[in-house]
Amino acid sequence: MKLYFQLFITFVKIGMFTIGGGYAMIPLIELEVVERHKWISRDEFLDMIAITQAVPGVFAINVSIFIGSRVRGTIGSLFAMLGCALPSFFIILAIAIFFSDYKNYPAVERSLKGVRPVVVALIAAPMLRIALNAKLTRKTIIIPIIATLAIFGLGVSPMIVIGVGIVGGLLWIITPTPN
Amino acid sequence: MHIYLQLFVSFFKIGLFGFGGGYTILSLIHKEVMVHHWMTQSEFTDIVAISQMTPSPIGTCAATYVGYTASGGNVAGAAIALIAVILPSFIIMTLICRFILVLKGNRFLEGILTGLRPTVIGLLAAAILFLINSETFVDYISVILCILAFIASFKYKVHPIFVIIAAGIIGLIVY
Repeated sequence: MKLYFQLFITFVKIGMFTIGGGYAMIPLIELEVVERHKWISRDEFLDMIAITQAVPGVFAINVSIFIGSRVRGTIGSLFAMLGCALPSFFIILAIAIFFSDYKNYPAVERSLKGVRPVVVALIAAPMLRIALNAKLTRKTIIIPIIATLAIFGLGVSPMIVIGVGIVGGLLWIITPTPN
Repeated sequence: MHIYLQLFVSFFKIGLFGFGGGYTILSLIHKEVMVHHWMTQSEFTDIVAISQMTPSPIGTCAATYVGYTASGGNVAGAAIALIAVILPSFIIMTLICRFILVLKGNRFLEGILTGLRPTVIGLLAAAILFLINSETFVDYISVILCILAFIASFKYKVHPIFVIIAAGIIGLIVY
């Protein structure tokens, strides 16, 4: 029982401090699950990072399920996942309830006028960072361009675009390259 | 379809296709929000800002918020959206943990990642293009704020929380 509780509390902590997006929290997770609690080894940790990147969903949630499952099976993963999800739920609920009361105040609307264009920049910055890390070549740069045009220009569902991307990647890997 | 069922189906799909983290999930949520007319562009933009400001994962925050708003301010709506968005993770990760030895160092894993990386960039670019509209950019000040925020975030790695707070204060002063 103590272990379930520990899993829960550890992931409440991780779910509360995902500052700077999923991957920025890798060191915090490593500190908690590898060094402090010794739930998995460093090798397993690296495997886990690779696997969770290829799996859909919220990164922190995927990590919580993996660790919970390693430590105490499916029930363990439920406890860890719950711990990871609950902070979002309560923080957002508190903000949403507060915000719906104050949304129509002129002062709030004025400051939101300043915030909205900034949101665009805050998505553009990580996008550019990902693009630079992806080491796109003159050939592969066509992939994000086609994806953008399909979604924005043609109204194709992003889900279909993701599906095509995965299938394309798999075909790329299984196609033998001539040496 | 009842709103709860609609929320569940939409967010389950979002969780299932949300490869590549929070920002992909945001662009999927944007699509669902617009298809179902759950809120306006500017309301969605506000939710993105709030989700980026909170210290919790963007995906779970945005799901909770959209669930709450779309159901007309209902806690049950928020809970359903949150559960639905993490349920695919639970199913997939549980299966993976069972068969982990098969997956380790697998070429298919590599293939999935190879295809995903460039695709996700396109997804984010499309989300940005959708957000560039007359509700988000009201005048030239909006454009200047956006450029400054980009420099602060990309070049100087200022945390989104501070960028958003600064933009809010500037908005209060200039508008």
